[in-house]
Amino acid sequence: MYSMEIDVLVIGGGPAGLSAAITAAELDHSVIIVDENPRLGGQLIKQTHKFFGSETNYCGIRGIDIAEILEDKVNKLGITKYLESTVIGIYEDGVAIASEEDLRVVHPKKIIIATGARENMLSFVNNDLPGVYGAGAVQTLVNVYGVLPGKRALMVGSGNIGLIVSYQLMQAGVEVVAILEAMDHIGGYEVHAAKVKRLGIPILLRHTIKAAIGNNKVEAAVITKLDAHWEPISGSEKELNVDFVCLAVGLAPSYELAAQAGAKIVYIPELGGWLPWHKPNLETSVSGLYVAGDAAGVEEAVSALLEGKIAAADAANSIKENKYAQKLVETTQKELQEFRAGKFGKKIVEGKRKLYASLHI
Amino acid sequence: MRITEHPIIEFKRGKKVTIYFEGKPIEAYEGESVAAALIAAGIYVFRYSPRHKRARGLFCAIGKCSSCLMEIDGKPNQMACMVRVRDGMRIRRQRGKGVLDGN
Repeated sequence: MYSMEIDVLVIGGGPAGLSAAITAAELDHSVIIVDENPRLGGQLIKQTHKFFGSETNYCGIRGIDIAEILEDKVNKLGITKYLESTVIGIYEDGVAIASEEDLRVVHPKKIIIATGARENMLSFVNNDLPGVYGAGAVQTLVNVYGVLPGKRALMVGSGNIGLIVSYQLMQAGVEVVAILEAMDHIGGYEVHAAKVKRLGIPILLRHTIKAAIGNNKVEAAVITKLDAHWEPISGSEKELNVDFVCLAVGLAPSYELAAQAGAKIVYIPELGGWLPWHKPNLETSVSGLYVAGDAAGVEEAVSALLEGKIAAADAANSIKENKYAQKLVETTQKELQEFRAGKFGKKIVEGKRKLYASLHI
Repeated sequence: MRITEHPIIEFKRGKKVTIYFEGKPIEAYEGESVAAALIAAGIYVFRYSPRHKRARGLFCAIGKCSSCLMEIDGKPNQMACMVRVRDGMRIRRQRGKGVLDGN
């Protein structure tokens, strides 16, 4: 069995993991990055829209292009990549990484978990029927593989993902019949909402899906109005002629590996539910084990890049004291704070505040 | 259905290969997932659930949910969204927990 000593092991090759790996390598540490996919980039590889970003973080660049820029940096820095590989456990005597061909054991000084998030499910009749997809799944099919799951879509959820994926479906030639929103207002950015409205997609507020209908495959969907207490209004049901349904009802951190490693897990609704408790430097309750990106609370790609940088710089500084790395932690934390200062950062700021206060170790 | 024209994305498809779904040949492209190839061919039911035998298909497409478990080259419980197509690959719908060497 293959066994190896390294400074930093990064688990997950999305924006947080890539940023962490690049930062640690730039600070002269040996790094391995592991991802279960054949290429790096995580969910950036399906983001065809331009990011708002910030001055220093890819403003106006499409997600798919950000993935290539980061992958290029990883290659130039000579970072070791284990692709199509899965970390199957973090143990005191090593981290086990499995691929189709072999099982390796790595002995890292620091570990950064950047495993991302998974899509939430919604409770309704026949929610397991083929043709009910997570919105992200549809984005993968359409934007990565160029495959359409159907011709007429129902989108459930008007957060940024629901709005962006609706727009991208229309770009790909799919008719989005409606976007449903249980709240009395649109969840996502006004700029994304305006784009789908211009295409004529109705956004139905105070509506949800009641059932998917079909024999082995979605052939229609029943929607219903909701009252002010989120209860379906009987008699308001309407059947829509759609051949697939997208659920864009939020994400939850992929915290399982951190839990297996012994990290304390806490429940913070503002951050997507259960997640590893962590400090402002992204270190969990297990010394030397960090989380970054959506696994540290569901947010978005720019904050994931910044969190990856903070975690890696802090890890580097704690392996070997480094004034530059210390400074990098501080400046990046400040940058992240500024990024979250807007209207949409409020929930995250509140969630992180609760998190820091939730457990004192 | 495959997209042939798109306003911003140029799909660079790999080499054409043939995979077999329940014995029937299907055209696929190297580099794509089994799930993508099946959906492109209009196949949506990937397995039947163990207890109630309900049809299940793709849900998350990124290896997180296990809705798409299939028997691939005789091995059950393979995530169709994560396994890449290979020329000559044999794919079967999984019934319940599946069987080893499903051929």
